[in-house]
Amino acid sequence: MKKYSVFSLIKNALSHHQNWDVAWRDPEPKKEYEVIIIGGGGHGLATAYYLAKNFNIRNVAILEKGWIGGGNVGRNTTILRSNYMYNANNLFYEEGMKMWRNLSQELNYNVMYSPRNILNLAHSDAQMNAYSRRGNSMRLNGIDAQLLYREDIKKIIPFADFSSNCRFPIFGALRQPAGGTARHDAVAWGYARGADDLGVDIIQNCEVTGFDVNNGKIQGVQTSRGNIKTKKIGLCVAGSTSLLAEKLNMTLPIEAHVLQACVSEPIKPLLDQVVTFGAGHFYCSQSDKGEMVMGGDLDGYNSYAQRGNLPTIQHVLTEGVALFPNLSRLKILRTWGGIMDMSMDTSPIIDKTHIDGLYLNCGWCYGGFKATPVSGLTFAHTIAKDEVHELNAPFRLDRFHTGHLIDEKGIGTKTWIS
Amino acid sequence: MLEIKCPYCGKRSQNEFAYGGDATVKRPELNKEVPDEEWDTFVYYRKNPRGNHLELWHHISGCRQWFKAKRNTATHEIIDTFELSDDIGDAS
Ligand SMILES: Cc1cc2nc3c(=O)[nH]c(=O)nc-3n(C[C@H](O)[C@H](O)[C@H](O)COP(=O)(O)OP(=O)(O)OC[C@H]3O[C@@H](n4cnc5c(N)ncnc54)[C@H](O)[C@@H]3O)c2cc1C
Ligand SMILES: [Zn+2]
Repeated sequence: MKKYSVFSLIKNALSHHQNWDVAWRDPEPKKEYEVIIIGGGGHGLATAYYLAKNFNIRNVAILEKGWIGGGNVGRNTTILRSNYMYNANNLFYEEGMKMWRNLSQELNYNVMYSPRNILNLAHSDAQMNAYSRRGNSMRLNGIDAQLLYREDIKKIIPFADFSSNCRFPIFGALRQPAGGTARHDAVAWGYARGADDLGVDIIQNCEVTGFDVNNGKIQGVQTSRGNIKTKKIGLCVAGSTSLLAEKLNMTLPIEAHVLQACVSEPIKPLLDQVVTFGAGHFYCSQSDKGEMVMGGDLDGYNSYAQRGNLPTIQHVLTEGVALFPNLSRLKILRTWGGIMDMSMDTSPIIDKTHIDGLYLNCGWCYGGFKATPVSGLTFAHTIAKDEVHELNAPFRLDRFHTGHLIDEKGIGTKTWIS
Repeated sequence: MLEIKCPYCGKRSQNEFAYGGDATVKRPELNKEVPDEEWDTFVYYRKNPRGNHLELWHHISGCRQWFKAKRNTATHEIIDTFELSDDIGDAS
């Protein structure tokens, strides 16, 4: 792999950018691999990268039914944070935040990590108390968190509604300074290029349609491009997890739901933070192109369609305008949706299974983008060593049996209201 | 915008309804010894099909009745709706 640098940029500019190397090969599938990763989203790509990099397992294929970056990894609102309440989540996501800091250097690919603060706004005394408790929990786990008050917030986002007749006045916020955004396609492309360079075969337009299992052991997969042998499979298909599990006669504590997001027309720099509205569910940041990137609730009914309906968009934008009245003058440029693997306690599952050689990575709900590096790291460890890493040890499947749920949101099993 | 036919009120906009999840999960019978696995399955595990799905809806901003809908999760087409007491088996 030729390194990207200012010199390669100058050199290629001189030849009118006609001679760049392809970022990854387009190989034919081999007959057999040591490990097969199903799903070329962020998690599948990162897992393959760390299998090769940290465990020297390079005879690996990623099978992707569409194209790299076409799933949720290219559809999310790119928010990165580790501002959780429970230790398991704090420790796991904070390790991820540490990885984001060096990811561009690690991959020699600019993922545009921008630690620009995440502000979770509070609109009541009770919410301020809850946020101070959460902030303390973060600080006990070594994660910087600050409690801000109304006057502080006025200086940071003066264009928010601070009027006296505001329905949900801003009381303050919990701030995580390291929270921010990264460029989602660059993350997919950077991991793909890095994995390919270490020998991983990235095979696109290759849908897995079935599994070969013998005596409770994985023997291979059936795909739209023929059968491929392997002893180990890492399942990283996000919203499609239940569909593939069904082919193995497995039912999972997961429901598929559609989450939409939208962007406005681009405007000059306005918002240099990630802001969440605490009196409903609305989150917002501004992209480098100038678009306001906005999201909120799930549509709220089981769905495998990568599109939703207008009432949710209207609801989300009503909250947006309640927070930032000046948004009302903007036009929406586009909306889209992705299928979320909603787990029954809103926390992920990274584990081995009762089938020898089948490993599970799912249940990311709508927070899996920020976990991409650490999910890849711990899942690669789980696959290579056939045992969980200490960071994903709490995220095992049997917690739905033992009762050790990580129900950060405390909403019970109605995944669609989270 | 989904248009949902409440069995009692007729076709209304999605805005009037709240979702209630998979209508095929069955609570274990209480007059026998229920193994933990059966409870786990009832509480947490879902078939989560791509295609027809039998599910609960609540006409919360209307007549406030619960009912069942057979809806395609891949296309969002609502095939039919039923009163809760209608026994129509599973969705497929
Ligand atoms: C609108 C929206 C906003 C979001 N916002 C955020 C956010 O701000 N912050 C955050 O942290 N997270 C966010 N998320 C969640 C995050 O995007 C996901 O949790 C994460 O991307 C899931 O992991 P992935 O990248 O591996 O998934 P994906 O990119 O979906 O990868 C799964 C891949 O599996 C492939 N696949 C499926 N079935 C098969 C098969 N049979 N054979 C082969 N391949 C198959 C799919 O084509 C897909 O490419 C958001 C998601 C959406 C949709
Ligand atoms: Zn009604």
